[in-house]
Amino acid sequence: MLNLHGYGMRLFEGALVTIELAVLSLVIAVLFGLMTASAKLSGNRMLHLLATLYTTLIRGVPDLVLMMLFFFGGQTLVNSLSDAVYARFGVDFFININPFVAGVLTIGLIFGAYMGETFRGAIQSVEKGQVEAAAACGMSRSLIFRRVKFPLMMSHALPGLSNNWQVLLKTTALVSIIGLSDMVRVATQASKATFEPFTFMLFVGAVYLILTSFSEWIFKRLRLKYHAGYVGAAND
Amino acid sequence: MTDLLPVEVTVWLMNRDIFTPATLEVYWVGVKATLKLVSLSLLFGFIISLPLSFARASSNSFIRVPVKIYTYIFRGTPLIIQLYLMYYGVVFIDDVKDSWMWPLVKDPFLPALVAFTLNTVAYTTEIFHGAIANTPRGEVEAARAYGMNTFLLYRRIIFPSAFRRALPSYGNEVILTLHASAIASTVTIMDITGAAQFVYSRFYAPFSAFTFAAVLYLVITLVLLYIIRKLESRFNPQLREVRKSRRKMMFFGNAIQEKRPGA
Repeated sequence: MLNLHGYGMRLFEGALVTIELAVLSLVIAVLFGLMTASAKLSGNRMLHLLATLYTTLIRGVPDLVLMMLFFFGGQTLVNSLSDAVYARFGVDFFININPFVAGVLTIGLIFGAYMGETFRGAIQSVEKGQVEAAAACGMSRSLIFRRVKFPLMMSHALPGLSNNWQVLLKTTALVSIIGLSDMVRVATQASKATFEPFTFMLFVGAVYLILTSFSEWIFKRLRLKYHAGYVGAAND
Repeated sequence: MTDLLPVEVTVWLMNRDIFTPATLEVYWVGVKATLKLVSLSLLFGFIISLPLSFARASSNSFIRVPVKIYTYIFRGTPLIIQLYLMYYGVVFIDDVKDSWMWPLVKDPFLPALVAFTLNTVAYTTEIFHGAIANTPRGEVEAARAYGMNTFLLYRRIIFPSAFRRALPSYGNEVILTLHASAIASTVTIMDITGAAQFVYSRFYAPFSAFTFAAVLYLVITLVLLYIIRKLESRFNPQLREVRKSRRKMMFFGNAIQEKRPGA
């Protein structure tokens, strides 16, 4: 019924690349998002301006253009840097930007801008009294963050986080354009070799659908966990 | 485009390395292609998603469920797959090369337009459906009490009220469609991104080529945002004063809202 012409294993490897890429980018995006949110809430005008500039620029430009700018532009930047070092110090080195690392950093950077807004709202929604009570109990700042602020914040951040994750997962398909062997790239190559684009594209589409549905289920469980005590939490 | 510029500017441009009048012409063609693709898919998307969003809210499951499946599939898979399916896939249907359809699908514009329209219809339907579902019960009950039939109820009460509520999300969808259209360059359409790729390969100047494209997208985005904000205050006059005081923050802080929700 489903004949993958021996591309099954490569598609599976491609799917693993997609998942690794998405998860690692999510980690980077959460880090950037937390930094942006703290910068915006810090009260420091310079930091606020920087964070605003970052979010506006990133959100005003298509993902694909940013990806190409960082990937192709980053390589020439590194090249001219190594040229300059060679001319100045006589040290010869060459760095080839790894497409996987470039992809993770770019997607992380892009989605950090979206996460920033999510986290800012979530941090603001944590009641001051909770933090004060924790401080009164003698908790250190990191313990307050870990035990009080973070769990309370998560219940507010989860809907936004879940949206961003779903979009991020689908955005990883774009790395096939900058040359990473993810699922979509394998499928494009396979369809060109076998002249059966329907088989491979529909297959990859189905895998994405399974991934998005599965993550939706996970986020539902997480919402239940962090919303423990709220009525009807699962139906949010 | 060069004939639109003053002579002095053209002369100055001719002495540049990369951004010569010929290069700018490439970008100009790209801007036109992007705007054409985006505006047409948004126009068709809007027209198609109106009836679909009412169908999505129907109490008849034979009408509701197919629409639900459609939006679920198109929102759960990457746009680039949908585009490849339209562009590469249709060509391989048997006998399509001998049929009347061949001149239409040979050129990448129509397949891309269909893919983008189908994609934006899925998101727009869900946005409109959400707005319709959130219509205050009292408004519907009041209309019923006046003896309005279903058609009049939808036309006079539900649609205007839902449209007002959907406007911010719909504006967001407009901007995301603009950004999504960058993918069209992968099926050889010379849009803004395609122009940037051409300039990149011609001069090997990725930084200038893609930064210029990014600036073009940013400018179009900001213009669209301005129009959307104007429309919002036109349809929601009660919010005007609030907006005035928050204008600065809105334009920069929350300029572009969240990415569209997933499946």
